[in-house]
Amino acid sequence: MNIPLRDPNVVMKLSRLGSFHQSRLSFLRSFLNEFKDWDYKRDLFELNENGYGTAVFSFKKKNRVYSLICFANELDENERSDRVIATKWDTAFTLFDGVPTKLDINRLKNEVPKQEIGRLSYKELTLSRANKSVRVFNHVVESLSNGVQPDKELLAKVGYLYRTTAVYGSGKFGLADRFRIKNREEIYGPFRLEMMLVYLVRQFTFDQVNHVAKNKNPKKAVNLDPEICKSLGIGNSTGLGMAPFIVNHPTLLNNWIYAREVSLKKIREIKNVAINKSNLFKDCLKRSIKNITSWNTESEYQIKKIKSLLRDLNKFILFLDNEFDFKQEYPFNKIYEYVEDKYEEECIEYAVSMMMEPYDNIVAPLIKNMSSEEDRYFNIPTQRTVIELKTIIENKYSEILNIDFTKKESNLNFWFISKNKEEPRLANRFDENGSDLEQPLAIARDIKKLYETLSVTKSSSTIALFLSNNSDLRHVVRRAFIVEKFPYSEIQDNTIGKEIVPIDMLRLKLSFFGALKFDPRSDKWLRICMFQGAPLPEQLKNFDEHWVYS
Amino acid sequence: MKSLSEIDTVSKRSGRAAGYSWGIAEEIGKNIRLLEIFSLPGIKNLNDFLSKKKNMKLENLNLITEVNIADNSQYCPIIAGVNFLDQIKTLEVLSEIKFKNIAYPMLFLPFVSRASEIVGKRIFLKLDENEFLLNFNNNINSNFSKKEIIKIAKNVSIKILENKDSFNDNEWKELYKLSQETFVEENESLKQSGAGAGLTDND
Repeated sequence: MNIPLRDPNVVMKLSRLGSFHQSRLSFLRSFLNEFKDWDYKRDLFELNENGYGTAVFSFKKKNRVYSLICFANELDENERSDRVIATKWDTAFTLFDGVPTKLDINRLKNEVPKQEIGRLSYKELTLSRANKSVRVFNHVVESLSNGVQPDKELLAKVGYLYRTTAVYGSGKFGLADRFRIKNREEIYGPFRLEMMLVYLVRQFTFDQVNHVAKNKNPKKAVNLDPEICKSLGIGNSTGLGMAPFIVNHPTLLNNWIYAREVSLKKIREIKNVAINKSNLFKDCLKRSIKNITSWNTESEYQIKKIKSLLRDLNKFILFLDNEFDFKQEYPFNKIYEYVEDKYEEECIEYAVSMMMEPYDNIVAPLIKNMSSEEDRYFNIPTQRTVIELKTIIENKYSEILNIDFTKKESNLNFWFISKNKEEPRLANRFDENGSDLEQPLAIARDIKKLYETLSVTKSSSTIALFLSNNSDLRHVVRRAFIVEKFPYSEIQDNTIGKEIVPIDMLRLKLSFFGALKFDPRSDKWLRICMFQGAPLPEQLKNFDEHWVYS
Repeated sequence: MKSLSEIDTVSKRSGRAAGYSWGIAEEIGKNIRLLEIFSLPGIKNLNDFLSKKKNMKLENLNLITEVNIADNSQYCPIIAGVNFLDQIKTLEVLSEIKFKNIAYPMLFLPFVSRASEIVGKRIFLKLDENEFLLNFNNNINSNFSKKEIIKIAKNVSIKILENKDSFNDNEWKELYKLSQETFVEENESLKQSGAGAGLTDND
């Protein structure tokens, strides 16, 4: 049986991408698998009684060492902010390539806490900062110092002691460019170094809270129970910075989605499913309900989505238990068709993620193809013709061509870079100034304009000639030739329309990171949790790969 | 030190701010990054060019021919470069392409370097007395070693070199003969047990 890949016109719609969930393909899960045989060590822990100071944690294998350098500083309550406009944080981190010398640490002590206005070097790979969840952190210190474990309910509700507000890599602020490290096998997958940083930061938060509690009451204090540690992750506040990334990295986006789609296709093509596989699928599905019910949000948008997901999942589980026979041929194809027919997008994509759980043999080889060298596809094949480009657009952007951009609602917003923080923003074109400095992220509108211009150009003209007269369309000409080869490289939606929900774009990226607990605080930023339930560093050698559902 | 990623981003944005389309600004970002990788003064030249561009009399060279002369003005290096890159497949048949007066020719150079990769041929570029051999966009050999701004190249010549050996047949044969000294002479028993031995080729 040959199941076709899903149509990009369905998968690449923003509402669908905004319903994606973590899966076996997610980067934080891949990172843990790839680093499970590395040696973890706490190399330095020079904190004062209040937990301020410097610490270094490392992963080592043979001659390769990656070191997380942590700087914890005292922060006035009034200065604590998760917003991108903040200039001070409780802690600041950098992932160092190798073993840092004292000189390196002293240099970085002056730069890392400054974050965006500091200068890093090619020796540093990633940069981040985090703020305490003061309520949770103080409660844990108080409890541990009195010799008791903290209130699990409170901890479960928040899910972390600290939340990061940005994680930077790939040459930002002087950090190492990707070309310097791209040939290293262990970090070939996307965002591995960012995942490593966050994972080691998580361990720092446990060690710090234990240290502060111990200093507060040396005789009575106890350490945080490792099982409780395991149940905590690292929070993250994320804004619009992530949204343009997925537009600006089309082949990378394609490779992520393509891996997911090929996994689904291959699983649907399995004729007979072994009972241990179907049981694992059902088990993960059932256990995940607990996970979803612990998602707390005040966002009406997200509440609606979680409710829909829970309602559909409960019905789906009943269906599997009472009506579905896994002994029939191609059972996962039947399940997929049923889910697609009966349930909403949240549940459909949840089921897709769950289907991957029993099939490491299908998923693992695809993980290796999730990176991309974007530059390889930068040159435009200018010897091709206008008619060829027109045909590509008709085939690959058929629904985009139906959007009427003369309507105000289709053209309502514009993306720009804010001057004060150099961060992407979205604003109403008709209410705000600055649309003349619009970023090239209105792909749908510009593709349509390209199509209209091509339609009045001689069909046999070369693209070279076309571009010499239409340089304003060059950026979308490049994209159209990319989408010809990479079907999932383009969001098949209007990114400047009235209906845009920018967090759909964030949610897509975060699902590939492996984030849980999506908690939108507005339509433009959200909080999430990473590594909640993940094994601790000393448990990495042997852990349950389905820890997400434990 | 600035990372290449920062160089790319800032150059791209400056190009856009100076009036180029986003698509061309993307090319500028990639090109300045390339120049800096090759230790050529990309940022210096771009900064000087963009700061003076408004007051310069620049001509856009859209269709490149064998001889291109900007008599009373200067060619914009970016537009000339983009079009050279875009038209390289038709230009590669010409034995030599000449330009008169290209402003800030260092900004034109990376387009030619990238064209070398596209056609799979080395390109010899002469900017007045400065010579550059562009090797498939992998490296650049040059007699230009100063980190300076070149405001104009009055005479620019481009030769797309045919792929041919840099040595003669005798030199090759001599070296090949020496390399044969690493081979082992096969005796009869080795021949009998070699790959394919014992099979009929008429099956």
